[in-house]
Amino acid sequence: MDSLLQQISAGLANGGIYAAIGLALVMIHQSTHHINFAQGEMATFSTFIAWALIQQGVPYWIAFVITVVVSFVIGVLIQRIFLKPVEKAPVLTNVIVFIGLLVIFNSVAGWIFDYTIKSFPSPFPLEGMFLPKYFSGHQIGSIAVTLVVLLAVFSFFRFTPLGLAMRAAAFNPESARLVGIKVSWMLALGWGMAALIGAVAGMMIAPVVFLDPNMMAGILLYGFAAALLGGIDNPWGAVLGGVILGVLENLLGAYVIGSDLKLTMALVLIVTILIFRPYGLFGKPIFSRV
Amino acid sequence: MQITSKKLAYPLGLVLLILLPFVVEDFRVSQFSQVLIYAIAILGLNILTGFGGQISLGHGAFYAVGAYTSAILITQFDMSPYLTLPIAGLVCLVMGVLMGFPALRLAGHYLALATFALAIATPQLLKHKAIEKWTGGVQGLILDKPQSPFKLSLFGTELSEDRWLYLVILLIAILLFWLARNLLNGRIGRAIVAVRDQPVAAAALGVNLTVLKTATFGVSAAYTGIAGALSALAVSFVAPDSFPSFLSISLLVGTVVGGLGSIYGAIFGALFIQFVPNIADQLSKSAPWAVYGAILLAFAYAAPNGVMGIFKKITKRR
Amino acid sequence: MKLLDADNLSASYGANQVLFDLTFNLEIGGITAILGANGAGKTTTLRAVCQTVKTAGSLTFLGNRIDGRATEEIVKAGIAHVPDGRGTFTQLTVEENLRLGAYTRKDKAEVAADIEQMFTRFPRLKERYRQQAGTLSGGEQQMLAISRALMLRPRLLLLDEPSFGLAPLIVKEIFDIMRQINQEDKVSMLLVEQNASLALGLADHAYLLETGKIVLSGSSADIKADESIRRIYLGY
Repeated sequence: MDSLLQQISAGLANGGIYAAIGLALVMIHQSTHHINFAQGEMATFSTFIAWALIQQGVPYWIAFVITVVVSFVIGVLIQRIFLKPVEKAPVLTNVIVFIGLLVIFNSVAGWIFDYTIKSFPSPFPLEGMFLPKYFSGHQIGSIAVTLVVLLAVFSFFRFTPLGLAMRAAAFNPESARLVGIKVSWMLALGWGMAALIGAVAGMMIAPVVFLDPNMMAGILLYGFAAALLGGIDNPWGAVLGGVILGVLENLLGAYVIGSDLKLTMALVLIVTILIFRPYGLFGKPIFSRV
Repeated sequence: MQITSKKLAYPLGLVLLILLPFVVEDFRVSQFSQVLIYAIAILGLNILTGFGGQISLGHGAFYAVGAYTSAILITQFDMSPYLTLPIAGLVCLVMGVLMGFPALRLAGHYLALATFALAIATPQLLKHKAIEKWTGGVQGLILDKPQSPFKLSLFGTELSEDRWLYLVILLIAILLFWLARNLLNGRIGRAIVAVRDQPVAAAALGVNLTVLKTATFGVSAAYTGIAGALSALAVSFVAPDSFPSFLSISLLVGTVVGGLGSIYGAIFGALFIQFVPNIADQLSKSAPWAVYGAILLAFAYAAPNGVMGIFKKITKRR
Repeated sequence: MKLLDADNLSASYGANQVLFDLTFNLEIGGITAILGANGAGKTTTLRAVCQTVKTAGSLTFLGNRIDGRATEEIVKAGIAHVPDGRGTFTQLTVEENLRLGAYTRKDKAEVAADIEQMFTRFPRLKERYRQQAGTLSGGEQQMLAISRALMLRPRLLLLDEPSFGLAPLIVKEIFDIMRQINQEDKVSMLLVEQNASLALGLADHAYLLETGKIVLSGSSADIKADESIRRIYLGY
């Protein structure tokens, strides 16, 4: 029973990370109707920036804040420079741009920071502050940080005028223009926020899986699966989907399949779920009139 | 004047393509063989994604299955290599049709994820102990290259195994491209595009969506499967790690770079995915993929409709 | 000074030209109608004023050139557009829709006062304040769309087929309120309508559009009085 609970708690902690990445993907999808395949690599790059700062002796939380701010700026710049030109191009052209960005981020990270695996510190105490038998300090801290970020994002969208404008721009860009919203900048902001969330996720997962340029590849896939499981336009669905996925992955790996086919099994399960609920567990089908 | 120049161009081009292997070294020949193989694979993907509008990030799986089918038939059953090609095609056709059914319910990103799951699962499944007896597990299978049935010498160069194989692949490629062109330029092609653009209207006009969509998946898979089988012959070796998920992404890149919905664009796409990584490597030893990514981005901005899109633009202006 | 001055205004969707050298103007404080059959270019004309479509030729609003400017700037200058199909943010609440109408305004207290005024004018919106806009009836959505546009405190209100798909009683209610808004708040209006008699009942001046060109221009009174024009062009 103990080990089951431990698997579940590890799953919850991982799930929080998948939820964060899933949320970042949903945010970009809501405003642009695109999936940012480069999300994982951007998060890894941000984590490397944090690592470099910490190596230089910058205290953890200061490095955290700097990284988050820098990542936000990078996200905004990416939208302004690389994505604006293909806003009106076909979907698959945008996919190519994302793949190009993915490859560039990965390669530049490897070039600047090299490919050796690095350890990344956790700011939380080793022993869990809460239910120490089942949760390590980092797991609790990681879940807490993820929750704080998610709540902040939710409050931003729900209660601030800018958040309202971003939602409006995502739902109905034409009407948003007609009330004076600069839709293009809303997209850039969405990217900035997604990059910010990704950076947080990267810094939370790095202590667990160690830092190297390919750290996020598998996690991106889980984030994507989490977003789809919850319904691609549903932020809360992404969060729930991530948590479900984290727990599922761990349980499958420990009791059913063994870690080699863990990823495959999780994906097969997702695909099966999608076949019966093609819009995800909580998604709403968009009915288009002929 | 235009018509005669076109009529001249095709046979001339053909002759050039046939003579090509005799004027370059062996390793270049195998590179060009690979380009032809990728072209067939990309054409397959284009049938599904460009014409049919169903996105697939998992075509590497069909490539792998085709390759392994051929390899297993040759090594375990002593079958003639050429006979394994249509069988590999058939196996992938069935696999594609079966995949087409769940694909009916999924669209856009959901389908992309499902097919990507397939791409990731493939190397892992191929390594699995249960089928190691057939697949050779992690080490894979080694094949003998098929020999040419006759001796030939042109421009002082021997008809080596690689050159013979190149000619075989060229013949098959021409056949498959010709077949695709007839299929897609006719009624069926129009039906496929109609289902992509206006499925409700197409259904109202009597097109059986289920049959058409699953058949499109099947044909697309068959093409890529045959390409995979040819690659097994050309490389003489199959192993699970030869078919990583990046292969599926490369095929998609090739499709878009060549031009979605274009048949001949597949050739340019194939040239891109075969040679640009090499070029990138030469331009930067430390971050070759960054260069690859940059070239990819340049393509996306300059040629959003692919190479064929640029050709169309140029010919329109005339 | 004219409120809006269009000189040789043309508009295209990509390679398709839809409006050909339109020259017209709007008086400050007036209500002008654009009439015409389907596909005549009426909606495009409104889009041209907002610059949500590519135009050539000059467009002047209260003495300032607005052609070639971004839509967001034009909105800030005081032009509000109620598009065809209403353009409400259906996934947001009534309250959020109204707040978005005031997005470019900085005067918070005044915005709150304006929302109250909308409720006085359209009591039904007050009932549904927290409801999702998509759940409102067609007539209520039209009221919401107009209110949202008015939250801008615009000088010029553009309306694209406000009567579309609405029951005659609701249409009368809405048109009466529009007359009120014009007279009390001095909001000028440019109205696109297929229903000519309805439009002529509200507007002072009308233009008739046919395949992208103005074929008729005159005061509503004159047009209504001229039987032959009514029969040939307006069908009644």
